Amino acid sequence: MVPLSHVLALSMILFVLGIAGFIFRRNVITIFMCIELMLNAVNLAFIGFARQLGQLDGQLYVFFRSVVAAAEAAVGLAIIIALYRNRESLSIDDLDSMRN
Amino acid sequence: MTFLVLTTLVKIGFVLFFVLTTVAYLSWLERKVIAHIQSRWGPYRVGPHGLLQPVADGIKFFFKEDIVPLEVDWPIYLLAPFLAFALAFLSFAVIPFGTSFQLRGRTVFLQITDLDVGLLFIFAVTSLGVYSIALAGWSSNSKYPLFGGLRSSAQMISYELSLALAVIGVILISGSLSLRDIVVHQSGFWQPAGLSGFLPRWNIFVQPIGFLAYFTAAIAETNRIPFDLPEGETELVGGFHTEYSSLKFAMFFMAEYANMITVSCIATLLFFGGWLGPMFGPPWLQVLLPVFWFCAKVFCFLFFYIWMRGTLPRFRYDQLMAFGWKVLLPVGLLNILLTSLVVTWRNA
Amino acid sequence: MAILFYIFAAVAIIAALNVVLQRTPVYSALSLIVVLCAIAVEYLLLNAEFIAVIQVIVYAGAIMVLFVLVIMLLNARREVPSSRSRVARWLGLPLLAAFLAEMLFAVWRYLPANMALPEAPASGPAAVGGLLFRNYVLPFELTSILILVAVLGAVVLAKKQL
Repeated sequence: MVPLSHVLALSMILFVLGIAGFIFRRNVITIFMCIELMLNAVNLAFIGFARQLGQLDGQLYVFFRSVVAAAEAAVGLAIIIALYRNRESLSIDDLDSMRN
Repeated sequence: MTFLVLTTLVKIGFVLFFVLTTVAYLSWLERKVIAHIQSRWGPYRVGPHGLLQPVADGIKFFFKEDIVPLEVDWPIYLLAPFLAFALAFLSFAVIPFGTSFQLRGRTVFLQITDLDVGLLFIFAVTSLGVYSIALAGWSSNSKYPLFGGLRSSAQMISYELSLALAVIGVILISGSLSLRDIVVHQSGFWQPAGLSGFLPRWNIFVQPIGFLAYFTAAIAETNRIPFDLPEGETELVGGFHTEYSSLKFAMFFMAEYANMITVSCIATLLFFGGWLGPMFGPPWLQVLLPVFWFCAKVFCFLFFYIWMRGTLPRFRYDQLMAFGWKVLLPVGLLNILLTSLVVTWRNA
Repeated sequence: MAILFYIFAAVAIIAALNVVLQRTPVYSALSLIVVLCAIAVEYLLLNAEFIAVIQVIVYAGAIMVLFVLVIMLLNARREVPSSRSRVARWLGLPLLAAFLAEMLFAVWRYLPANMALPEAPASGPAAVGGLLFRNYVLPFELTSILILVAVLGAVVLAKKQL
């Protein structure tokens, strides 16, 4: 139906947008959301390949990825909350105590 | 292809009309039933026995002044009621209202679409429904809505889990997630030695715990009494919809009733045999009778909902959360364990 | 049928742009939810119906709720544009564009549009569940331990005092 190249093209555009957000944004939570965007782009690539090869293993990989992403989001947001309590700021410019 | 598109559009029109009318008259039913529980009359003057009250209410909502506080976050403030309304009506896309009939040689099912994962679709729409309340509470930029919104989202997330677990027993028995397959699996009568054929093969008789857990979790999901602390009038002014007026408030109101109807429909489909009931008569009656049985069962559930509202007091918030996590979740897990043991033993 | 793929691809890209360009975190979160739902529809079009619904329930319905509630809890305001990373902006954007162009070219060159598409396998819950519990039962059990560890970690980290 849809050629694999188009699915991969969409996946790559989303991935690059995720990288762009990850590099240029200053708010920690937004950076985390761009990471999730990147991960979803990769999931889409896996489903595209699963369809092209006619197997379900790619879909299962996405299933596991969703579960791991949930675990990662929970711990990451807990870290962000703890960080906010310590620094009173959500900008990564203020989180550079290891610099110099 | 165009036949499919046309019949689907007609079905969508029917379902929308049916659900909107039911939502309107559900408000009338609620006011009447609660009034009679409280020994008073309820709406009586507008039309015979107040039957035109929903029409009057609708006109009132249109003409009421739309008061918007200054500090609200405009896009999200507007988005929340429309999101609630849209999601509440989206779940009717997979609910089967009856069997099927033949039109020009092709079969038309009385269901907008029969997804293989229909039940999961309902859960997906329910989990998205948390956003409308959280965003409404947050965007109103005021204390009471924020508390109401956060409490309500926490409550809905906690009870979503118990809701899904309670239903897994039914899925194990029916072996399918498609709502039509689950109902078809319940056709026929139990034939144990002795009682030949008077007890219908409904899932309520094999999943009583599952049904009780499902219905309790569903009442908490739809924020109804006894779980309606997030929007209780005496506690939080109006909860998450305090700062909404006229049409936007009407949308929240309609979304809540539509959610109630969805939950009742799912309860009848999963546990009470959906559209199955005594069948007789000519072929056109055979198509309409299942719809009638389905509506009758859904009506019983809605009446039960309203009955509970008039009878039970409200849970305190910590009692509510403790109940969801410490009672309903273990009960759901126990139900899954028992059901899977029985299913495996029977198949062995 | 294929036109739906492109419509939802456009929706996903516009929403992803919105995630990256919006200054307020709540709007970024809501745009990310739109991206996730659009990607779920793409999964449906790629014959992965179970995974599509799982994506909506888990990602858009649970993970993003967590994000939105944390943003509300921490009262994240509009982001102030930073004055520091000039280099990142002037060097990064062209490099990213070059990266994207290179990958798109590789895909266009090596994956012809008329590759043979095999028959779609049964991808309902029964098929996915069968594969999950036969071939992938070990990762399944490991992810359950992973989730347990994550829950414990989140509770410990977010506590006010241990």
